Amino acid sequence: MQLSIKVDWRREQFLLNVAEQFEMTGVTALFGRSGCGKTSLLRVIAGLDRVRGAEVLLGESVWQKGSAFKPTEQRRVGLVFQEHSLLPHLNVTDNLLYGYKRTKPEHRRQHPEQVFSRLELEPLLGRRIDQLSGGQRQRVSLGRALLTSPDLLLLDEPLAALDTQSKRDILPFLLDVTRDSEVPVILVTHSPDEVQRLADRVVFMDQGRVTRTLAIEQAMADPASPLFADEGPASILRGTLDEADASGLRTFTTDNISLLVRAGSARSGEARVRVLARDVSVALDDPGRISIRNQLRATIVASTPIADQQQLLTAQLADGQALQIEVTAWSAERLGLNVGTEIWALVKSVALME
Amino acid sequence: MLGLSPEDWQAIELTLRLCLYTTLILLLLATPLAWWLASGRSWLRTLVQSVVALPLVLPPTVLGFYLLIVLGPRGPIGATLEQMGLNHLAFSFEGILLASVIYSMPFAVQPLHEAFSTLGRRPAEVASSLGAGPIDRFFSVILPLTSGGFIVAATLTFAHTIGEFGVILMLGGSIPGETRVLSVLIYDHAESMNYAAAHRLSAMLLIFAFVVLFVVYAFNRRFRTVRF
Repeated sequence: MQLSIKVDWRREQFLLNVAEQFEMTGVTALFGRSGCGKTSLLRVIAGLDRVRGAEVLLGESVWQKGSAFKPTEQRRVGLVFQEHSLLPHLNVTDNLLYGYKRTKPEHRRQHPEQVFSRLELEPLLGRRIDQLSGGQRQRVSLGRALLTSPDLLLLDEPLAALDTQSKRDILPFLLDVTRDSEVPVILVTHSPDEVQRLADRVVFMDQGRVTRTLAIEQAMADPASPLFADEGPASILRGTLDEADASGLRTFTTDNISLLVRAGSARSGEARVRVLARDVSVALDDPGRISIRNQLRATIVASTPIADQQQLLTAQLADGQALQIEVTAWSAERLGLNVGTEIWALVKSVALME
Repeated sequence: MLGLSPEDWQAIELTLRLCLYTTLILLLLATPLAWWLASGRSWLRTLVQSVVALPLVLPPTVLGFYLLIVLGPRGPIGATLEQMGLNHLAFSFEGILLASVIYSMPFAVQPLHEAFSTLGRRPAEVASSLGAGPIDRFFSVILPLTSGGFIVAATLTFAHTIGEFGVILMLGGSIPGETRVLSVLIYDHAESMNYAAAHRLSAMLLIFAFVVLFVVYAFNRRFRTVRF
């Protein structure tokens, strides 16, 4: 299914000019600084702002075109706002069921019991809204949106207003919902960390325009990607996480590679790990007896000079995923690390994205 | 009872009927108007806002005078009504009802405007994303969240209509059972030197006005929907 959107909205000090088609599977992140128009774009998609001349189509259904305009309540979108948006005159249960009651029985795919248990909402039912923490409120908002069985889930910086602890509390639920549900998600965010954890596709926005749309792997392969924070380039690997073994380590496996990661609280199942390029070293031969346990066979497919006499290598792992490696230009030359060279990638540190 | 004469009771009944109808009509009119005023900024909104607030600053006689001209037998509206085989509106209950609606409009619009502005758009947006249409949104979200504003608007409108005098005297005169409301009757009593009768009715209105304001300010403290 594709979301096709065309909008040209100019006002004083403000511009939104987008004409794009987005593949609607998994999680699409609208990424950019505050004021780049990503929230405005989301509002046009949701039908909360009616911009003259705009066009919004989801698959076959026309949401806005010419004089045709489907109001928000008929678009079947689930919305989670940045700040707390629970209805204050209703308790938790009534908030959760507000949309469910208004969803036609034939459209209901999600039902209260399953959503309550999935988001662990049972202890909160019946409470007043002002008795909830910030993280709990967002969890209720997410549940409330899911219970409308939406065709599209729109998340507008759902974590931005939360403190670190609340973020950590709600992330596993967000991961769970975005990974498993068949509902496509659009996530507005300015946080590279959220993109790396959640997104399958990144739409980069700047000053009201879409600059690029890339799959997360491609987005991470660009050495100058705005997704990299102070730690520099990194790779995201997708795979499956097992239960912890006796030594407290857990195995993260993809098709035919496996990595050992430190036990965290993350649930087993589908997972992502992040490997910083500077945490990977290169050996040309089997390193044998060495303290680094995570050793992967790989082939160099690209080599780019980056700042400070450093070379960024992109290596293809046995399962086809890409691994970024940062070495000094001196090492690259001395070891003859060129495109096509087969190497052992020695991974010093793997961060589980829980 | 209470030493009131039959004509006093007739005036009380008429006044309550006028106030009740005015309040009901104004709540129906002011709700969409205040919502529109609160939903953005434009020159048209500023213009409408100023027109609505006019009765606050105009002498009631000015308003009454123009209404008499427009609604009377020679006026554009009065004459049209006569041509349609109806009565013109001067010196009639319908006429003073229309005048009251105009005269008390700011007291209905302003508390609601303030309540809707404070509420913001978000609750309505949330409700629409959850599948609620406009009418459903109004009754399930907006009304419960601005009920304080509605109570203040209704109370102030009712009380202010009781206090109407100049407009009614200009447009309605003093016809018993038709346009002679309490404020006009008090004036008539005083004119005919019946101070005891004027005093009874005046004291009743004084106490009523005080109770109303007390209720409004008590609600205001809880809801912060209107400032004076």
